[in-house]
Amino acid sequence: MHKILVAAVAACLVVVVLFSGCGGTTTGSSEASAGTDATTAPAGTAAADSQGDQLTGDPIVIGAVVSTTGPNAPLGEPERMALELFEKQINAAGGVLGRPLDVVVLDDQSNAKEAVTATQRLLQQEKAVAVIGASGSASTLAMKAITAQAGIPQIAMAASNNITSEPPSDWIWRVAPKDDLAVERAVSHVAEGLRVTKIAVLYDENAFGSSGLAQIEKVKDRYGIEVVAKESYKTDETDLTAQLTKLKGSNPEALIVWGTNPGPAVAAKNLKQLAWDIPYVGSHGIANAKFIELAGEAAEGVTFPTTKILFPESITDPEQKALIEKLITDYTAEFGQAPNHFSSHGWDGIAVLVAAIEQAKSTEPAALQAALNGLTDFTGADGIFTYTATDHDGLKVDDLIMVRVEGGKWALAQ
Amino acid sequence: MTFEQLLQYIFSGLTSGSIYALTALGFTLIYNATGLINFAQGELVMLGGLSAVGLYQAGLPLPVAFLGSLTIVLIVTVLFQQLAIRPLLSRGVLAQVIATVGASLALRTAAMMIFGREALPLPAFSGDTPIRIFGASLNPQTLWVVGSTLLIVLALQLFYRRTLTGKAVRACAVNPLAARLMGVSYSNVVLLSFAVSGAISAAAGVMITPISFMTYSSGALLGLKGFAAAALGGLGNPVGAVVGGVALGILEGLGVGLVSSGYKDAIAFVILLLVLFLRPQGIFGGKAVEQE
Repeated sequence: MHKILVAAVAACLVVVVLFSGCGGTTTGSSEASAGTDATTAPAGTAAADSQGDQLTGDPIVIGAVVSTTGPNAPLGEPERMALELFEKQINAAGGVLGRPLDVVVLDDQSNAKEAVTATQRLLQQEKAVAVIGASGSASTLAMKAITAQAGIPQIAMAASNNITSEPPSDWIWRVAPKDDLAVERAVSHVAEGLRVTKIAVLYDENAFGSSGLAQIEKVKDRYGIEVVAKESYKTDETDLTAQLTKLKGSNPEALIVWGTNPGPAVAAKNLKQLAWDIPYVGSHGIANAKFIELAGEAAEGVTFPTTKILFPESITDPEQKALIEKLITDYTAEFGQAPNHFSSHGWDGIAVLVAAIEQAKSTEPAALQAALNGLTDFTGADGIFTYTATDHDGLKVDDLIMVRVEGGKWALAQ
Repeated sequence: MTFEQLLQYIFSGLTSGSIYALTALGFTLIYNATGLINFAQGELVMLGGLSAVGLYQAGLPLPVAFLGSLTIVLIVTVLFQQLAIRPLLSRGVLAQVIATVGASLALRTAAMMIFGREALPLPAFSGDTPIRIFGASLNPQTLWVVGSTLLIVLALQLFYRRTLTGKAVRACAVNPLAARLMGVSYSNVVLLSFAVSGAISAAAGVMITPISFMTYSSGALLGLKGFAAAALGGLGNPVGAVVGGVALGILEGLGVGLVSSGYKDAIAFVILLLVLFLRPQGIFGGKAVEQE
């Protein structure tokens, strides 16, 4: 009886291991797969080569580390596709400084250690003149240490504040709106969109939520907002009615909930349960279908900040509008699906670098650094970028819009 | 603080408290049979919730998914007991406890690989419309949890006191050697206790998923708080486990209301420390802690 049981479990373990093989694991399942990534890396290189026949000169190699597998794959895949599209288009239009552009894309498997390995490969073997990456904040920070030491420009696509706020930060620029910017957009919506002054804040105790609260406290006076109450919750907490009841007692006019799924979804459901009809302003962490799936009907009316690509009608700058409309058309034609804000990060990542190379008429690191720091009013998909020696984030509050959940879908909020 | 608010804090506490109560019951059953603290108890709750999600998303109706997840977790628990605990019986309690720690990590990783890292929902059993009582609102799902907890405790009490098997289980808790000498199969009693403990934890997991979703990592916090609840009520006493769970939940809710939400988790663990220092046998614990 005992032996049969052992055999049964051994069989189950084999099944689970096979299962995980199919699922695509995150825990750097093998040093071996880093090897296979070399061969999967770029469909991009092949495309460049075929276009590059008309262009002379050595290719300009730009490296990119994105998560095409692992939990961050929903971010990395659209980024990769945008990079591929840009490379194809620019090479068809004459390349960069007359030379073909070669974007070498490597997969970090949503793992910071793999990101480091990939970056080293890009710098040492591929001789990249600049690097774009990564999809997630942890990998980006890991890469930053390497690019800063090597003195090679890195363009980040992740939102964590400390990517540009913590040293070393002379060699890293960002194209995605950073967390603090999203907070400020939410606060400006409360002040100018909802036109109220008293808010309550419910925030996740982790770094994301706490830094959100800190930023609210920092910018509130500029918008004439008063934080009448604030309560925290633990990321995995099962019930937030106690915190919400306490917040309700301070009679706020709007509620800002700063956290990533599932907390804000629990908060939305609890709000409905308490029958508390207060405007709910969430973070960019709920800018996904998951929030609506978790919160169900309670998601109705929730607003959050995000970039303009999904609502081209909200773009006021004609150049940006034309760029986005062309991007949507070309991207959909190439890949059969519309681009999302991760695609626009990927696009801006390479666009900003190419603009700097053309401005500097060189790929030397120092020249690129100067060109990037001098980039002014550059029209990207995520917004209008202006970098300086001290501002490597480039975007303004106006580059973000507020979106509301209506009928289980997203709609532009006024 | 108004009466409405106080009532609301208590209702919030009731929701989480009943989950702690069911998890604590799971701890108690295994402790009674084997003297072990099962550190994988929280993971069994998590597995119950996620299995039900898996079955429901595969197209089965909710009640079938509920029973299905109970069955799955029951099988996992029995396998775990036969393969990880039983062979270590001769090595002593410490080795078995470490085995439960290992099992909790294994279950957590297996859940992550099978279900992914994101939170997963289930629809509420009887809808979302809250029930208003004196100005405070109660989630109907909470009534399901509280009702099931009461039913389970009642069933357990009847089982222990009125059936022969139940008495055999109690005999093993008091003195395993004497029980075996009287013809009770100790290994069957242990198997039964693990199975029932697993089923109860799975039920808890399925019932809480509509309220607060389930993630592969939810088991850790649930297990720790369930253990604190069991210790508070008196380890080994099923009624104590339920009282401890509900008390812990309500104390947390009041703590958020009266003090601050930042200290919510601290409350559970401070209570645990106080209990261990001042009254290790818990509220309902009979004898003092035994020395081997």
